[in-house]
Amino acid sequence: RPGFTMLARLLPGKKDLFIEADLMSPLDRIASVSILKQHEVDKLYKVENKPALSSNEQLCFLVRPRIKNMRYIASLVNADKVAGRTRKYKVIFSPQKFYACEMVLEEEGIYGDVSCDEWAFSLLPLDVDLLSMELPEFFRDYFLEGDQRWINTVAQALHLLSALYGPFPNCYGIGRCAKMAYELWRKLEEEEDGETKGRRPEIGHIFLLDRDVDFVTALCSQVVYEGLVDDTFRIKCGSVDFGPEVTSSDKSLKVLLNAEDKVFHEIRNEHFSNVFGFLSQKARNLQAQYDRRRGMDIKQMKNFVSQELKGLKQEHRLLSLHIGACESIMKKKTKQDFQELIKTEHALLEGFNIRESTSYIEEHIDRQVSPIESLRLMCLLSITENGLIPKDYRSLKTQYLQSYGPEHMLTFSNLRRAGLLTEQGPGDTLTAVESKVSKLVTDKAAGKITDAFSSLAKRSNFRAISKKLNLIPRVDGEYDLKVPRDMAYVFSGAYVPLSCRIIEQVLERRSWQGLDEVVRLLNCGDFAFTDMTKEDKASSESLRLILVVFLGGCTFSEISALRFLGREKGYRFIFLTTAVTNSARLMEAMSEVKA
Amino acid sequence: TTPGLILFFQSGRPLGTGVRLGLGLRMNRTKGDEEEYWNSSKFKAFTFDDEDDELSQLKESKRAVNSLRDFVDDDDDDDLERVSWTGEPVGSISWSIKETAGNSGSTHEGREQLKSRNSFSSYAQLPKPTSTYSLSSFFRGRTRPGSFQSLSDALSDTPAKSYAPELGRPKGEYRDYSNDWSPSDTVRRLRKGKVCSLERFRSLQDKLQLLEEAVSMHDGNVITAVLIFLKRTLSKEILFRELEVRQIALRHLIHFLKEIGDQKLLLDLFRFLDRTEELALSHYREHLNIQDPDKRKEFLKTCIGLPFSAEDSAHIQDHYTLLERQIIIEANDRHLESAGQTEIFRKHPRKASILNMPLVTTLFYSCFYHYTEAEIPDKQYVLTALAARAKLRAWNDVDALFTTKNWLGYTKKRAPIGFHRVVEILHKNNAPVQILQEYVNLVEDVDTKLNLATKFKCHDVVIDTCRDLKDRQQLLAYRSKVDKGSVEEEKIDALLSSSQIRWKN
Repeated sequence: RPGFTMLARLLPGKKDLFIEADLMSPLDRIASVSILKQHEVDKLYKVENKPALSSNEQLCFLVRPRIKNMRYIASLVNADKVAGRTRKYKVIFSPQKFYACEMVLEEEGIYGDVSCDEWAFSLLPLDVDLLSMELPEFFRDYFLEGDQRWINTVAQALHLLSALYGPFPNCYGIGRCAKMAYELWRKLEEEEDGETKGRRPEIGHIFLLDRDVDFVTALCSQVVYEGLVDDTFRIKCGSVDFGPEVTSSDKSLKVLLNAEDKVFHEIRNEHFSNVFGFLSQKARNLQAQYDRRRGMDIKQMKNFVSQELKGLKQEHRLLSLHIGACESIMKKKTKQDFQELIKTEHALLEGFNIRESTSYIEEHIDRQVSPIESLRLMCLLSITENGLIPKDYRSLKTQYLQSYGPEHMLTFSNLRRAGLLTEQGPGDTLTAVESKVSKLVTDKAAGKITDAFSSLAKRSNFRAISKKLNLIPRVDGEYDLKVPRDMAYVFSGAYVPLSCRIIEQVLERRSWQGLDEVVRLLNCGDFAFTDMTKEDKASSESLRLILVVFLGGCTFSEISALRFLGREKGYRFIFLTTAVTNSARLMEAMSEVKA
Repeated sequence: TTPGLILFFQSGRPLGTGVRLGLGLRMNRTKGDEEEYWNSSKFKAFTFDDEDDELSQLKESKRAVNSLRDFVDDDDDDDLERVSWTGEPVGSISWSIKETAGNSGSTHEGREQLKSRNSFSSYAQLPKPTSTYSLSSFFRGRTRPGSFQSLSDALSDTPAKSYAPELGRPKGEYRDYSNDWSPSDTVRRLRKGKVCSLERFRSLQDKLQLLEEAVSMHDGNVITAVLIFLKRTLSKEILFRELEVRQIALRHLIHFLKEIGDQKLLLDLFRFLDRTEELALSHYREHLNIQDPDKRKEFLKTCIGLPFSAEDSAHIQDHYTLLERQIIIEANDRHLESAGQTEIFRKHPRKASILNMPLVTTLFYSCFYHYTEAEIPDKQYVLTALAARAKLRAWNDVDALFTTKNWLGYTKKRAPIGFHRVVEILHKNNAPVQILQEYVNLVEDVDTKLNLATKFKCHDVVIDTCRDLKDRQQLLAYRSKVDKGSVEEEKIDALLSSSQIRWKN
């Protein structure tokens, strides 16, 4: 019997279970209805803004530690109280409970009426090399609001990994959050030492990186297959819903996408333009395999059926699914002028034809093409150009509000605070008030408080960084996407993802040495660190293994690029991310939606 | 029966109502001429050596694969189709929940339905889940630190004792309870989620030391816990004053106040900090929670005087005016529609209310139902009005849209969006060739004009342009594209045999 720790936390006996929407997909990966039924869960409900009509005497709630969930539970419990009904309630917080939640329970007068527990489930292996914490809210909470509530969760995850794989002999990081998570993790290790002492390290290097070090990569349209599938269909918790247009039947299919899907495994990191050729070849081979049965005698046929048929059928199913997905992607992308969009993105990355790109974005807005796309392009323009010139900023913002609704004024305010969409000009990075405060900070606390503003609304310096790190490869003639020469292939040969380039450079040097200027341009002067242990117990094999930790999310394109780098340099990367993200998710996290 | 489910599976929510126009129409661009795109980029994005070829190849493969289905589907391929976690067919948790939601009234029936629906659950697992991907064994013991295998292998091998959180022993929490923890001990206990009273930190100095310890620990949960205590035990003036110089803690307090919805204290805080714009925006945000249009309008009115930036002040004013007009239009049109006297509403019933739609959507609506002028930037107006009038096939209005008079009274055609765009939008709205032709002719760039005319089969324009360019070869080539014995063919032949023209080739 699997030691399924969540189940152990449920109330004994018959009960109904309320699950928060965001926890359902992760839970689906590790449990099923029948397992829950075995544990006497009678009915399942979603935690939502509606009264639930449960008649059970025991209620369990599995939720993220959020205020609105507490209010929901409180309304339920208080309604019972009014009706003079007594039930047993238990709240299970995942991955941990927050004091603010308990405060709300106390305020609502139900503290003590409900029992609380925690389910420290924070690492979901989505694939052989990818661990996700499934915390998309990390991005908004930290990079917009400056709330550090998830840093402990990251530190705990690192703690768990180092207990599993031994100490990490070489640690690097960049970003304020990376540094804090690292420091908190070290503290945890010191407190509970013994676990990893004397262990041989299995992971040679660990690299922590804040999402705001590189917004540009995350904002680009993805063109490697896995990224494109994510952008088009949204991969959720490692699986995707393929609709009827893909399955060429009348039903949707939920499909797990990982290394065990043999067809997917071979195309996931490929540039989309190669995928067709591959699938066609594969289809021909498959046809040939099936054709072999024609000349068979009975014995051979028996063998064929018992040994090969199942594999072939599996492959056939996968193949037709991915062909269907490709077709659907092609259709959608053709309809939305993908080629022109990509051209504009490349122009922005390279910094030419800015006027033309600006009017392209303007037209996008005016014609009410997707609000998320328009926002994304504006952000890309802003970051690559160190902010929009004030005239453009005003005019694009005005048109945006007219096309998509005036309440997006709030979205613009958010984007500005996060430094994703800013206006050029003196004083745009620090407002008058902020300068006043930073003066106060230096006067009063004498530098005790480090750089409170650094993570918010800083200059991106993208152009200078791009030049220093050679992010735009010089192309003589065609870039052969079939035989990629560098990580730029994940963006059609036009751009090497900044995040991946930084990781490559640091691993090459085993330090930040010689990258001072880049670090300064990234506004990370105080937040680039290296930590190496002197002992060289690390085997050469372990030194090939690198754990990359993305704080605020990583994209499939970045994963593909690093997998490529790994093959080139003989490394093996594994990824830990707070969530898999893409441009649309980032923009949605910044948008103000109607309540 | 389960409308809520879609929202469930999509992590993204629709943003605003902007995309979907009030009438369920979309102003999308189409692009017929794909090849032009495939070949015009420096970098190949979706460029194929021969795009047609690739696509037909793909189609062919698809046919091939599908044709195999007969052979493949002949027997037990069900086992591949359904989740079979424990040997019996089951639905996924997400799926099952929505079933409960749909049937919460009658439990028995619900369960029956659930049972029967399980067998055609759409949840298919490809490939089948294997033990490596289940975290169920996540917390089991790991005995030997073997060589690195795969992540999932290793993760399924973890000792339970050290990684399961410290839970389920509430008594233990009190056993080592002490009343004189130092600030750093207190903060450490808080981080571990243990019970810890903060009441003994009574002097301001102690409180601030506690806060600084929390901040230096980096754990946001602990910082907030201390802030909750400070908020309760300090006057707000003192609290604000101290937080002003502690930016990290300040951000946590702001976020906390936003989350618990303590709007009053939040506004006080912004006022104290002199962050006037944030103050105004915070106040404005509340309108999102007001559903009633009149109340929302009144609320927006109270926002007008708030200390926004100059540009946002204008946007707020616009927002108010927009809603004010929408309320009038909505009342008027609902009446007209239900009376059934107005032709346009009978022919094209409204698909949604115009309330709270963006300005451009409102404009589209107005151009559709009430063709009137509105003050918005040239381009945005023209694009929207053009789409609306073209949809109604009101070609005279389209004409008027591009006609300007100069001071001498001469009329002139002008399109701020460029006539090539006009042509595309008209074509998308199925304008007849005569109309298209008129606007293709107005395209200034000759190459573009020729391309568009060819694409949309405006034969006269092509022929005339070739004549003007004195391009005999192109005209000759075009002859093969027009119908045999047509007027166009005659016209071409007449030109080709004409001795008046000095052909350049």
